[in-house]
Amino acid sequence: MRRVLSLYRSSVGKKILMAVTGVVFVLFVFAHMFGNLKAFYGPEKFNHYAEFLRDVGAPAFGHGQLLWLFRVVLLFAVVIHALAAFQLWRMSAVARPVPYARGLQPEESTYASRTMRWGGVILLAFVVYHLLHFTTGTAHPDFVPGAAYENLVIGFQSIPVVIAYLVAMGALCLHLYHGVWSGLQTLGVNHQRYNRYRRPLAVLVAGIVFIGFVSVPVAIAAGIIV
Amino acid sequence: MNLVLHVWRQASPTVKGGFVRYEAKDISDHASFLEMLDIVNEQLTENGEEPIAFEHDCREGICGSCGLVINGVPHGPQHGAATCQLHMRHYKDGDQIWIEPWRAKAFPVVKDLVVDRGALDRIIQVGGYISARTGAVPDANATLIRKEHAELAMDAASCIGCGACVAACPNASAMLFVAAKVSHLGLLPQGQPERRDRVLNLVAQMDSEGFGSCTNHAECEASCPKQISIDFIARLNRDLFVASLAQTPERMVAGAG
Ligand code: HEM
Ligand code: FES
Repeated sequence: MRRVLSLYRSSVGKKILMAVTGVVFVLFVFAHMFGNLKAFYGPEKFNHYAEFLRDVGAPAFGHGQLLWLFRVVLLFAVVIHALAAFQLWRMSAVARPVPYARGLQPEESTYASRTMRWGGVILLAFVVYHLLHFTTGTAHPDFVPGAAYENLVIGFQSIPVVIAYLVAMGALCLHLYHGVWSGLQTLGVNHQRYNRYRRPLAVLVAGIVFIGFVSVPVAIAAGIIV
Repeated sequence: MNLVLHVWRQASPTVKGGFVRYEAKDISDHASFLEMLDIVNEQLTENGEEPIAFEHDCREGICGSCGLVINGVPHGPQHGAATCQLHMRHYKDGDQIWIEPWRAKAFPVVKDLVVDRGALDRIIQVGGYISARTGAVPDANATLIRKEHAELAMDAASCIGCGACVAACPNASAMLFVAAKVSHLGLLPQGQPERRDRVLNLVAQMDSEGFGSCTNHAECEASCPKQISIDFIARLNRDLFVASLAQTPERMVAGAG
């Protein structure tokens, strides 16, 4: 147990926590995306799906219970991920008190890798906005509890809202492009024969997530989903 | 060729440093970067000025002492080479060259371009060695080692401890150095007895020296004069994880992995 605690205290241990919570996010993001795509099948299917989320786990779980369990797990993961990110961010900021005169010349790092931290902050802000928009309805012009499909379509009638979602999904795409690869590295997934598939996997995950999520707001703005 | 240099000058660890502009005149294409600095220093000495302090020893890429950040790139533009192996043919007449020391809290400036890399030595001291008696040169193949492991261990062992990985890292992290040291011994049977303690101690020392935290930018790999792969960082991460979960004391285990 002492060793597990010292793992948590070490910089590498915190990164492992970020990678593990990152895997939780990736799984969540995929499940969420498949749910969203139900919008293409019309109001009945979509609202039925929204209702299913509340009844999932029955009869072992009561109405909404398993959903709440998932929410608690996700909240916990966000707190761990963000806390570790900020602690490591600080550690790195302190580690170079005198900056290079004209910066370091990037050689192998990518735009995605260099924007993980601020990109993460954007994602955090987006998650808050998104919950106020479609879950509580606080930031929604005409929110009706339980009418998931109608809320969705009305929500994306506004072009600025669609643009905000596009920007956030761009940030998510970049975060995953580096994060999936980086997470495999952090979790020690390393084999001479398979290492070359790690980058393509990250591209695939980032690409699918971006297209999958963006399709719904874009289809609504374009009048394909009404 | 004639060049304009902007060189970091700092008289001692405690005083404030700054860039000073120098002109390097009539430099041959064939001169090495350090020879170019020697020429500038001769002129400075003749003019009664303090020469630029920079570290160097072997001048053939094996001792690791000659690290300089040149135009924002540790060891300059040539990949797989230390500063001493860089030649002036990479530059052209009229170029402006900014020369700085490694920048990291763990590497305090001693003077001008010389930094104290003692932090790396202290990391080695907590476990970058083996306790097995190696004796005289053993017979070939007396201890069988898989070829892949022997080669990987050699790749990791090519680290010369120059610290370019730290200098190149946007986080000033020493993960590539530590990963190379952990892997080079951890891949060989002689390194097994202390394998778990080694990785735990090296990482703990790395953290306490004030290095930053790796975010897998891979800049270290790009500027490493020995082109050590960041795959070793993945290996380090896994070794640390396994060592942290293992509750059993160290055992003598033959065969590496
Ligand atoms: C405070 C906000 C956040 C910050 C500062 C942040 C920062 C980071 C950093 C620095 C990494 C990479 C670690 C590394 O490269 O070593 C990372 C990975 C990751 N992040 Fe975030 N992040 C934040 C929020 C989020 C959110 C809200 C999500 C969910 C959509 C998310 C999803 C991921 C994923 C999937 C990874 C890859 C994890 C892995 O397997 O390594 N992050 N994050
Ligand atoms: S002087 Fe020895 S490596 Fe450059």
